[in-house]
Amino acid sequence: MIGKGRMFLNRALLGLVLLVLNASALAEFDRTQIVRLATTTSTENSGLLDELLPRFEAASGYRVHVIAVGTGKALRMGRDGDVDLVLVHAPAAEQRFVDRGFGEQRLPVMFNDFVLVGPHTDPAGLAQAADAADAMARISASRTVFVSRGDDSGTYKKERSLWKQADVIPEGAWYREAGQGMGKVLQMADEMDAYTLTDRGTWLAYRDKSRLKVTFEGDEGLFNPYSIIEVNAVRYPELNHRGAQALIAWIRGTEGQEAIAAYRKSGEQLFTPSAGILAKR
Amino acid sequence: MGSIADSTVQALTLLFGGDPDLWEIIGISFKVSLTAIALATPLAVGIAFLLAFGRFPGRRLLITVFNTLLSFPAVVVGLTFYILLSRQGPLGDWQLLFTQPAMVMGQMALALPILVAMGHSSLQATDRRAWETARTLGAGRLRSMLTLMREARFGLFAALLAGFGRIIAEVGASMMLGGNILHYTRNIPTAIALETSKGEFAQGIALGLVLLVMAFALNGLLQIVQGKGRPVA
Repeated sequence: MIGKGRMFLNRALLGLVLLVLNASALAEFDRTQIVRLATTTSTENSGLLDELLPRFEAASGYRVHVIAVGTGKALRMGRDGDVDLVLVHAPAAEQRFVDRGFGEQRLPVMFNDFVLVGPHTDPAGLAQAADAADAMARISASRTVFVSRGDDSGTYKKERSLWKQADVIPEGAWYREAGQGMGKVLQMADEMDAYTLTDRGTWLAYRDKSRLKVTFEGDEGLFNPYSIIEVNAVRYPELNHRGAQALIAWIRGTEGQEAIAAYRKSGEQLFTPSAGILAKR
Repeated sequence: MGSIADSTVQALTLLFGGDPDLWEIIGISFKVSLTAIALATPLAVGIAFLLAFGRFPGRRLLITVFNTLLSFPAVVVGLTFYILLSRQGPLGDWQLLFTQPAMVMGQMALALPILVAMGHSSLQATDRRAWETARTLGAGRLRSMLTLMREARFGLFAALLAGFGRIIAEVGASMMLGGNILHYTRNIPTAIALETSKGEFAQGIALGLVLLVMAFALNGLLQIVQGKGRPVA
């Protein structure tokens, strides 16, 4: 019995050693070759990054690790030095991020716009709305359900600023804060026959799966610019700043900007490049 | 519903057709979780022995603590390690956040209470005299421990499987500590969460089935290994 026990022990030890060796292999990667990008669910879920990043990786030799979260969380990761750079869409929050010394420069990459989607019958009558704030006022006046991101994302920040412009404090049974990503919120709005604010990119990606339609669009107040910001090099010298700079230079350079302009989803362009390089040529 | 059936068939075709992307995600899942369970098990066995046969003050309290930890939400485990590993946290210099080792740490913490609680109760159920006999017959501590582990092997196997089952299927900690990075920290559960958030429900279900198939294969394998012992303990 004890002999068997020893055999068992030997086998168990061998297995363990193999697994621990495997574990040490986990830690083996070259940090200088990896660029960590915190970005929003909208850029990831729209499929844009899947299109762009492999090209950058092939051109530069870097590998990009994408962490897709809301804008608020992405900026928080940048502030804490957990990522090398951020690609986000909340101008006011971005400016604060840079002003407080968490990030280097705020550089424009591209833009798209927000749209208000809602039930086909448009019960709040957004088709007649004069501008974005008026559209929001109509939703609250009609007490039609509105699903809010409720998650500190760029889209949520935009929504709050629109309510403010409309002079509405959104509360009550018609206002539902989901605390979820854009895709989830579109699904929820669909299930509840509700309105919601979405970036156009995510909407186009989901449109085919949704019964909702665009009920209001095209207003200046719905502009949605994306910026890229390198995390402060003085505060966090150990981050991969060369890699971050390489990615910024590429995405704002001719190749990156052309790739953004060329990206289509069901025939429609999702983002318009805005680094200025294409217009200059 | 037809779409679910279709994409399940599609997923199984990808699985057995050796689709590299799918197998990579599966590989990451198993690599991380097997590593975590392998590192957690020896520690857990030691603690379980101490709880079952040790006599020291606070032993019952410790048992209660481990039993309570069974209810610890994975997200909170994830959050705890996130705060520890963040560059702003006490272990920030390790630069481990959003890496596979970070996921291993979180999963170890999740598996440990299960391994300890179940391991402890199966060791507790063995005859204490077996320990004493082994010791009297001149067996060292380690050898006596192995004797008892053989006695309790079915319960210990069950603990191992339950622990592994929890971490291989766990989303919260993996998402938070790994960051769901494609080709690196995206495992089956976080991939399911992503597909679901993208509205690709059928893909999510299909990935879930893949996880079930793989778990079935692993459990079957362990059953065969275990079956070599006599069924009656």
